[in-house]
Amino acid sequence: MAEAVWIWTVAACVKALLIPAYRSTDFEVHRHWLALTSSVPLRSWYSDTSAPSCSLDYPPLFAYFQRALALPATALGLRPDGLLRLSSSSPASATLPVLLYLRLSVIATDLVLLLAAAHLTRRRIPLSRRRLILVLLLWSPALLIVDHIHFQYNGYLLGILLLSLSLLEEGKDLAGGLAFAVLICSKHLFLVAAPLYFVYLLRHYCRGGLWKASRRLLTMGAVVGAVFAASFGPFLYYGQMQQVFSRLFPFGRGLCHAYWAPNFWVFYIVLDKVLSFMLAKLGFHIPAPKASFTGGLVGNSSQFAVLPQVTPLITFLLVLLAMSPCLIKAFQKPQPKHLIRWVAYAFTCGFMFGWHVHEKASLHFTIPLAIISMNSLDDARHYFLLSIVSCYSMFPLLFESQEYPIKVLLLAIYAILMWIGFSSYFGVGAATGGSKTDDSSGSDRKQEFLGKNGLLYLLGLMGVELWGQLLHPYIFGSRFPFVPLMLISMYCAVGMMYSWAWQLRQIVKCT
Amino acid sequence: MAKKTRTRGLAATPSATAAEGGDATFPWSTTNLTAPTAVAVALFALLVRVLVSLAPYSGQGTPPMYGDYEAQRHWMEITLHTPTAEWYRNTTANDLSYWGLDYPPLTAYQSLAHALLINVSLPQSVALSSSRGFESHESKLMMRWTVLSSDLLVFFPAAIYFVWVYFQRQVGVHGEERSAPWLLAMILLNPCLILIDHGHFQYNCISLGLTLGAIAAVLSRNDFAASILFSLAINHKQMSLYFAPAFFSHLLGKCLKRENPIFEVMKLGFAVIGTFAVVWWPYLHSIESAMEVLHRLAPFERGVFEDYVANFWCSTSLVIKWKKIFTIHSMKLLSLITTVFAFLPSFFQQLRAPSDEGFLFSLLNNSFSFYLFSYQVHEKSILLPLLPASLLALQEPTLCGWLMYCGLLSMYPLICRDRLLLQYGAVIGIFLTIFYSPQGKHVKGANRFSTQQKALMALGLICSVALHLVYLAFEPPKRYPFLFEALIVLFCFSQFVGFTFYTNAKQWLPLDHSSSMRIKKDL
Repeated sequence: MAEAVWIWTVAACVKALLIPAYRSTDFEVHRHWLALTSSVPLRSWYSDTSAPSCSLDYPPLFAYFQRALALPATALGLRPDGLLRLSSSSPASATLPVLLYLRLSVIATDLVLLLAAAHLTRRRIPLSRRRLILVLLLWSPALLIVDHIHFQYNGYLLGILLLSLSLLEEGKDLAGGLAFAVLICSKHLFLVAAPLYFVYLLRHYCRGGLWKASRRLLTMGAVVGAVFAASFGPFLYYGQMQQVFSRLFPFGRGLCHAYWAPNFWVFYIVLDKVLSFMLAKLGFHIPAPKASFTGGLVGNSSQFAVLPQVTPLITFLLVLLAMSPCLIKAFQKPQPKHLIRWVAYAFTCGFMFGWHVHEKASLHFTIPLAIISMNSLDDARHYFLLSIVSCYSMFPLLFESQEYPIKVLLLAIYAILMWIGFSSYFGVGAATGGSKTDDSSGSDRKQEFLGKNGLLYLLGLMGVELWGQLLHPYIFGSRFPFVPLMLISMYCAVGMMYSWAWQLRQIVKCT
Repeated sequence: MAKKTRTRGLAATPSATAAEGGDATFPWSTTNLTAPTAVAVALFALLVRVLVSLAPYSGQGTPPMYGDYEAQRHWMEITLHTPTAEWYRNTTANDLSYWGLDYPPLTAYQSLAHALLINVSLPQSVALSSSRGFESHESKLMMRWTVLSSDLLVFFPAAIYFVWVYFQRQVGVHGEERSAPWLLAMILLNPCLILIDHGHFQYNCISLGLTLGAIAAVLSRNDFAASILFSLAINHKQMSLYFAPAFFSHLLGKCLKRENPIFEVMKLGFAVIGTFAVVWWPYLHSIESAMEVLHRLAPFERGVFEDYVANFWCSTSLVIKWKKIFTIHSMKLLSLITTVFAFLPSFFQQLRAPSDEGFLFSLLNNSFSFYLFSYQVHEKSILLPLLPASLLALQEPTLCGWLMYCGLLSMYPLICRDRLLLQYGAVIGIFLTIFYSPQGKHVKGANRFSTQQKALMALGLICSVALHLVYLAFEPPKRYPFLFEALIVLFCFSQFVGFTFYTNAKQWLPLDHSSSMRIKKDL
């Protein structure tokens, strides 16, 4: 615990220094929600249109959380400073007290992550492993970038997820299910893992004789139902459910975000572009799609020129299909020790094939995978690559030159710490007799640890970054500004595809 | 906590011990300085610097004079657009009353180098005359990055070199477990240096880095390189002279112990004079021009101290109005005499028995005597004593930590003026957490104190925290508008004086004969 607190405190100081850094429009969105929930009656939280770009689109529990966050602000008398004003303004113009309040609230709610990490590592696991897990979880650069620069509240949400996983691993199924219900009602993007949770809890918790099983099923149903009732109940009472759901699931948004998340659909789009280009060269008449992917607008509904259209239903079925191996495994043999791997895989499927996925969603599986990254050398290798790719895919979120050294340094420090941690953890573990291998042979072991392909892939990553930062502006100037972004998406998508396939193979083979 | 669980784990499963053998050698859990650990520590220190540099700089948006940021920018403008001979001369292009260059030529060359870099991408920010008070987001970034790169190119290698030499030569080793990454972190994460260089905006990292390189060179018995490096440090900021008696006495003491003392002294003298000649070359063609520069470097008319410095003159001026009693001339003499008397003990100790550990202590004592007694001292001059204090972090962890804290407190009013309060808090937080890292040296050191000493330290801590809060929260009484500043100065002064006595005693007490003996063996 002492070391967990220490590691968290170091991170908290870094986060405090990030307060004046760049913040995205999400900052203003969250500020607006604070104002909305504290000044508008509950019945119109989801139908309020005072700031169309910042309308509430998280589930009610998160809205309650925002309401609770506004309470100390009113006590501190921050209302005149514009924290709780309804009209939208640019995030850059936030006054210092507002900025401090919101940034510090993110840092403070990260205590949930600390709690979860401490809970995860309180069991009897070797010191070195515990320390490595804490470092991997609490110093995740991707989380720092998304939460403390870009501005979101993923730290505490992921803390709840980890808490749930930790509880389930200990066999406390009811508490784990409760935590997951809370999580879904706070951010519905976590819904992807719900089928897996359902199958696992059904098979692992609701067992025994018919009487016992059905009693447990009812208990679990009551607990989860209570959470849902508490969060959605008031809106059901006011007849707002339709409105809530239309906000939570805006399918009109299109298959991909403005900046393509590095997933399967990147290849699909690129294939479509290549095919249409080639067919046009061959003399076919190809009608140009109405909306282009590189236009950068969130709202456009995408069109393909050659390949069949993709609808939300197709993506939904694809996700389920991709997830089916772990569902089957969980149904056949619901073992707590494989749970984290399954859940992470479920989130990976959602990320790879889902509808309108954000690059930030890769946090949902990289963070849990950190816990099991020390199970084997292969796991460590996979996590090393995956966490770098996941963090790198978030680099475009911070596009200003002021934050450039920060994101690079955050990733570099994390990579070195992973490298130190994994190589010493496995370097000695592999050597029989436990003799310490010489640290000076670091470069040799790097080859060994990463493998040739991994090293080449990382070098390519640097090449992509070099192209985007230096060569592209040098050669093309300000023309084709989307090309570096597309390159990053595509290159990271290769890594993500590999990660997905590797996880799938691991699940089929080992669990 | 960590220890307890470790034993529990051992008892529980024998198989777990095999896995535990692979204890991750994170910077805070290892005592060796391997390349990856050093890189991790250095990158973290760099990250902290980059993060602090997001803060506002001194004098941001406050015409007509702005602050140190504008001074540095103005020097870039002057060095870029006027001939070398006119840099220190009042001309139509170079108005010396507006941030005239008052550092030695190496600073001017460094300004020119940075100006050439900035001129490529942002020429309007260093244009002659028209760029006065130029402020923009891009120019701030460019300027910040010049400091960051200087730090990375000078101070970081010097610190790593020092730690490497320190362990190579086993300076002051007593056989206990000592963490090299921790020492490196203590040197690199010096909160005062980070705040002044990357928040307030100065280039202390260059002169201090050169000094640190010289110290490391002395420890590695490379006296010739040490002389050159230290001469360069003096030529970047004349304040580096605070260390001069220490270098002089240690090197002279070593030379006298050699077979051919006169030849050795001449060798080092040649290094110093040669370096000076190269740096001062453009001003050596006539005595006039050299005197012109020298006159700029010694601004005696600015008074015995500036603002509120926790030194002898400022603290006692609450009772004795030195500035009224003495003329500038007699004040100069008085401060010179007191300074010399203050550093004489440590000077003679090193002359008599030069040793590695004694040299580090003597650096601290000398710089403190200058800080406390010399003429024209800034509050930022505390950076100079803090450098050797951080080098002694393994021998005197409590001293190092407490001194850092007092140094920060002594600059607190300046920090508040610069609107760096957030960075101040965060950097103290980082320093303290790293200082109390799970397996740092302090754990053993802390038990040495008696209850009385602990109570005394707690009292000091409470006082200082109260001072922090009072300064922020309350308006000073109308009759004494600088009451709180004076209280801070008095508190810090009392601590500094106490430390000076302690470290002087430490240097004289023959605790470590072995290091002195080792030097004799080397010769």
